Amino acid sequence: MAVRRLAEEQPEGFAFDAANMARARREIAKYPPGRQQSAIIGLLWEAQSQNGGWLSEPAIRYVAEMLGMPYIRALEVATFYTMFNLHPVGTVAHIQVCGTTPCMLRGSEALMDICRHRIHHDQDHPSADGRFSWIEVECAGTCVNAPMVQIGSEVFEDLTPETFNRLIDDLDAGRPVKPGPQVARHLSEPEGGPTTLTDPSLYAAAAKPAAAPVAAPAAPVVAPAPASPAAKPAGIAAPRGGRGDDLKVLNGIGPKIEKTLHELGVFHFDQIAAWTPAEVRWVGEHLAFPGRIEREHWVEQAKALAAGKGA
Amino acid sequence: MLADKDRIFRNLYGRHDWRLAGARSRGSWDGTKQILERGRDGIIDEVKKSGLRGRGGAGFPTGLKWSFMPKNSDGRPHYLVVNADESEPGTCKDREIMRNDPHLLLEGCLIAGFSMAAHTAYIYIRGEFLHEAHRVQQAIDEAYEARLIGKDNVHGWDFDIFLHRGAGAYICGEETALLESLEGKKGLPRLKPPFPANVGLWGNPTTVSNVESVAVAPDIMRRGGAWFASIGRPNNTGTKLFCISGHVNKPCTVEEAMGVPLRELIETHCGGVRGGWDNLLAVIPGGASVPLLPAEQCQNLPMDFDALRELKSGLGTAAVIVMDKSTDVIKAIARLAYFYKHESCGQCTPCREGTGWMWRVLSRMVRGEAHKREIDMLLEVTYQIEGHTICALGDAAAWPIQGLIRHFRPVIERRIDEFTARAKDDFVLEAAE
Repeated sequence: MAVRRLAEEQPEGFAFDAANMARARREIAKYPPGRQQSAIIGLLWEAQSQNGGWLSEPAIRYVAEMLGMPYIRALEVATFYTMFNLHPVGTVAHIQVCGTTPCMLRGSEALMDICRHRIHHDQDHPSADGRFSWIEVECAGTCVNAPMVQIGSEVFEDLTPETFNRLIDDLDAGRPVKPGPQVARHLSEPEGGPTTLTDPSLYAAAAKPAAAPVAAPAAPVVAPAPASPAAKPAGIAAPRGGRGDDLKVLNGIGPKIEKTLHELGVFHFDQIAAWTPAEVRWVGEHLAFPGRIEREHWVEQAKALAAGKGA
Repeated sequence: MLADKDRIFRNLYGRHDWRLAGARSRGSWDGTKQILERGRDGIIDEVKKSGLRGRGGAGFPTGLKWSFMPKNSDGRPHYLVVNADESEPGTCKDREIMRNDPHLLLEGCLIAGFSMAAHTAYIYIRGEFLHEAHRVQQAIDEAYEARLIGKDNVHGWDFDIFLHRGAGAYICGEETALLESLEGKKGLPRLKPPFPANVGLWGNPTTVSNVESVAVAPDIMRRGGAWFASIGRPNNTGTKLFCISGHVNKPCTVEEAMGVPLRELIETHCGGVRGGWDNLLAVIPGGASVPLLPAEQCQNLPMDFDALRELKSGLGTAAVIVMDKSTDVIKAIARLAYFYKHESCGQCTPCREGTGWMWRVLSRMVRGEAHKREIDMLLEVTYQIEGHTICALGDAAAWPIQGLIRHFRPVIERRIDEFTARAKDDFVLEAAE
């Protein structure tokens, strides 16, 4: 059991704003009449997000009254579920470091050392400037991407002390950060590409009816398909300044795709950022992953990265 | 290795469209109406024939569980509750289903719900899974819009699906604690009987099923129970999502046939154990709650329920935690003891007091600061906790420690010897309360 108490200093009052009130009503409507108490976790979530990431005593009381339940029952729920923060948290980031065995085996202790040094020696205490706080949490369910931290709704996986330090730097400076695996890897696939689900006939039905049958990706497309309203992006012969950007930073690009992009003369974030929809379509088809660039928002990611690099 | 065509989770890695159109192109929601036309018994018989055992850890036959719901309604509504509170350390399979193929789950909800005469399903998803919750909600909205579910839908069986978020409590993965939580209370497990199939959510007949168990149902119905049963071996059939974490070169989640040899699993999909197979120290084969197995028992180890039970371990959730020889195995298990101390709901005394006690003793043993007789005392305490609590969390806290003492007692003893040799004369042992 975890001992959890309310903060000593509490604000005056609490009331949902209009948007959260509407959300709260939708939440309550999920349950049969008379069972509105079931909505308490959902409402406490809304209250926590409106209250700057933590639950105050007036907020808990407000939710209890809204659901017509005894105050003590709401207090029980707020103190039982450990994702409800009962103390103020960092305004920029409240970093939840998973410390359970699968993450520990892959180095979560080093991440917590960084938190101790950079944020506060103790958990659940905001840093001196109030911008960061940290806590060790129990298994967050991304074990094959260990070690990981969760910040708000985002998870940052496959961390090393270097990438974790850089993540805190970026958050501190307000630069965009990339959630998900921090190594060249797609979600929970093995690094370097999947060992299963490689049979293209599984997805034959997904291909457009007009498209050529499965053989197409095997033959390298030398000339761009002229019929489709897609355009090959103009590449450059060599990276500017002799060194390209690490395109693998983009969510969805691994070593193999990066190599293909290099062959197309794409070496920099700003090149991807400047792709037109027609060019996006062409590259998607060239990579044999039509639609993926849009789905994974490569262009938006590249824009953010190109802007961050310039800053 | 399982052939790609026999895989159920064809978008496990999210390389393809997760939305309704993409799911349909992979076969979801195809002929669902015909499946429902086979009737309640037709569905349950097919699931029974498939030999599917619950994927949430206990391995209870799914078809049998679904058949426990009352055949004739006494006027109370029936509920299907999907347990998406995936929090067993090492386990991250349901996450992939929910974020990359949510329609498999939703179609499964309709089929399972119909087979137990339920018109409402609640999906209880853990609080940490914000993105996954968002995805599932979007998929639910799509399904309502396409009239696949809802009132007067195309399948002719009124069915509502609601998403309910938790807020960080491992114990809510226990089915009755989950129901308490869904009712807006602390997640304290209930005494059984009465079982949820008779008195469940708000006192109504309820069945709680794991995400993976529900999500494989549509494929079983379409391809036939015999197809599913042909994979693996009798009583351990079908395909299973394995999550391999820890000291392997490429940790990953992968769908494989039940009974796949551990070594093949690790070497085919995970690039082998860090430092080579001979560098393996131990494996926790089924999530934190099952006892670990030392390397010598892992040589020709089929990964299924019965084979692992014979070795006094278990398949659990098929979350394989690999430890190489650099691991401090006492510390690895002590960290799990801390996990159970943190997650005990505090309702039953043996668990509330025992988990903390075991963690404190184990923490001393990590340093070697203990007497050798305390090893036997610790073992005895685990047996006093096991089986003496309302839910299985007490058992789950006891088993990893029993496994540690069973296989690594010499390591603990050596640690104590080393500490004693270093200890100064004025050293005093602390009491273990």
